[in-house]
Amino acid sequence: MKKLINAPENVVKEALAGMADAHSDLIRVHYDPDYIVRADAPVQGKVGVISGGGSGHEPMHGGFVGKGMLDAACPGAVFTSPVPDQMLAATRAVSGGKGVLHVVKNYTGDVMNFEMAAELAAAEGIEVASVVTNDDVAVKDSLYTAGRRGVGVTVLLEKIAGAAAEAGADLAEVKRIAEKVNAQGRSMGMALTSCTVPHAGKPTFELPDDEMEIGIGIHGEPGRTRTKLASATEIAEMLAGPILEDLPFQSGDTVLAFVNGMGGTPLIELYLMYNELHRILKGKGITIGRRLVGSYITSLEMAGCSFTLVKLDDELTRLWDAPVHTPALRWGM
Amino acid sequence: MQIQAEHVIKFVELVAARVKEQRDFLTQLDSAIGDADHGVNLDRGFTTVLSKLPSVADKDIGSILKTIGTTLVSTVGGASGPLYGTAFLRAGMATADRFELGPDDLVAALEAALEGIQTRGKSTRGEKTMIDAIAPAVDALKAARASGDDLVTAMRKAVAACEEGVKATIPMLATKGRASYLGERSIGHQDPGATSSLLMARAMLEIVEGIS
Repeated sequence: MKKLINAPENVVKEALAGMADAHSDLIRVHYDPDYIVRADAPVQGKVGVISGGGSGHEPMHGGFVGKGMLDAACPGAVFTSPVPDQMLAATRAVSGGKGVLHVVKNYTGDVMNFEMAAELAAAEGIEVASVVTNDDVAVKDSLYTAGRRGVGVTVLLEKIAGAAAEAGADLAEVKRIAEKVNAQGRSMGMALTSCTVPHAGKPTFELPDDEMEIGIGIHGEPGRTRTKLASATEIAEMLAGPILEDLPFQSGDTVLAFVNGMGGTPLIELYLMYNELHRILKGKGITIGRRLVGSYITSLEMAGCSFTLVKLDDELTRLWDAPVHTPALRWGM
Repeated sequence: MQIQAEHVIKFVELVAARVKEQRDFLTQLDSAIGDADHGVNLDRGFTTVLSKLPSVADKDIGSILKTIGTTLVSTVGGASGPLYGTAFLRAGMATADRFELGPDDLVAALEAALEGIQTRGKSTRGEKTMIDAIAPAVDALKAARASGDDLVTAMRKAVAACEEGVKATIPMLATKGRASYLGERSIGHQDPGATSSLLMARAMLEIVEGIS
């Protein structure tokens, strides 16, 4: 294992300390329980929006704390759900009297830990609503699985719901908008290489040099198929096909297209993949109304990418365009 | 036979010691069908529980169990933290203000714990989870008590049923938790959560045997 670390058990805390120093104008970091919070929290009269999950997916979620996006983020150990103490403390810290929305990715541990925190916060008189993202089309959504995993849509939802909260929407309205983004969004990812969890010390899975995993999860969970390495054109088809079929996205639709890097893939390849996605969508009569290209929901140093599409309407477009100022996303202010 | 607060403390100390011994085994089971952290997470949780025990040693059994529950929830993470944490919290609610428990109080506390796990996990039998170990054990315990067995005999039957339950998870297809993403590939592996539940059942039997 080759990593820029001191000791595996200190990785999360030391990274948090670095974030706190680097972005002291935007965020504050609270330790034990650990959470990252907007420097001006709680914003009175505004719905608080918080999220959280295992570390190792940076910049998600801590990099999205700031004006127009998240009020707080709760980082767990690498790839391990945070505990309810963190979400409860973060909920209190961002509660401005209009309630708090919890944005949860659909993993068994995350869902249960957020649920417990929501119950505890409700017992203290803070109104909490939750939205669970489950956009990964690689997983069958049936009674026989824990349901689809929450992946790329989470980033876009945090931006859009955060903008609605910033504009003064009430809790029910912020939740409605968040649910709309999740309902209209689909994702699929792929890996060229594995990732190494610091405390594990060895790669999560083995992938031969000439193979790739299609439908990979953001913790290195297995995908749909393992197959021989193919061209970018073919890989783009393998990712976009299942996404387009699933919603389905149709000719005449306008979408927010998100090409995401898994952590170890350079931007030049992501733009190359964006070019492929653009070509595919154009061929289907689908317009890219807005786009995001870069590594925003990662899996440590895994090489690979994911596509996320969200069907846009005027409301979502306006909220996407609204000003945002966080460590990882900034425009309009 | 009466179970006292000191027995509850001894039980948890024994569980903590066994979790430490079995940590790598539990993690190894989890690496096959989960995310390879079950033993590590439980060990971290029960080690913290041990440090909290002195401060509640003179309290009622309900308070002791609730402290264990909240500590597990706060330190374990993943899915097993909320599940075992809820189990201890519910058992604590069923034994609030009690300094002594009779056999049937113990059965009621275990039933409350099982119900808590099922509610928190939105899960039932046959989904390759800890419920497949705990539910048969609670059933066997109740049946044995109903037929007039003393607590030690009933607990032995419960542990035997728990062992069968753990074995039965091997050919099961996982439909809950991270193992469910594997679909058919989850078949043939013993469930780590069921395995740690058996460890706790065995520790409980040892304590009960020690009282009589």
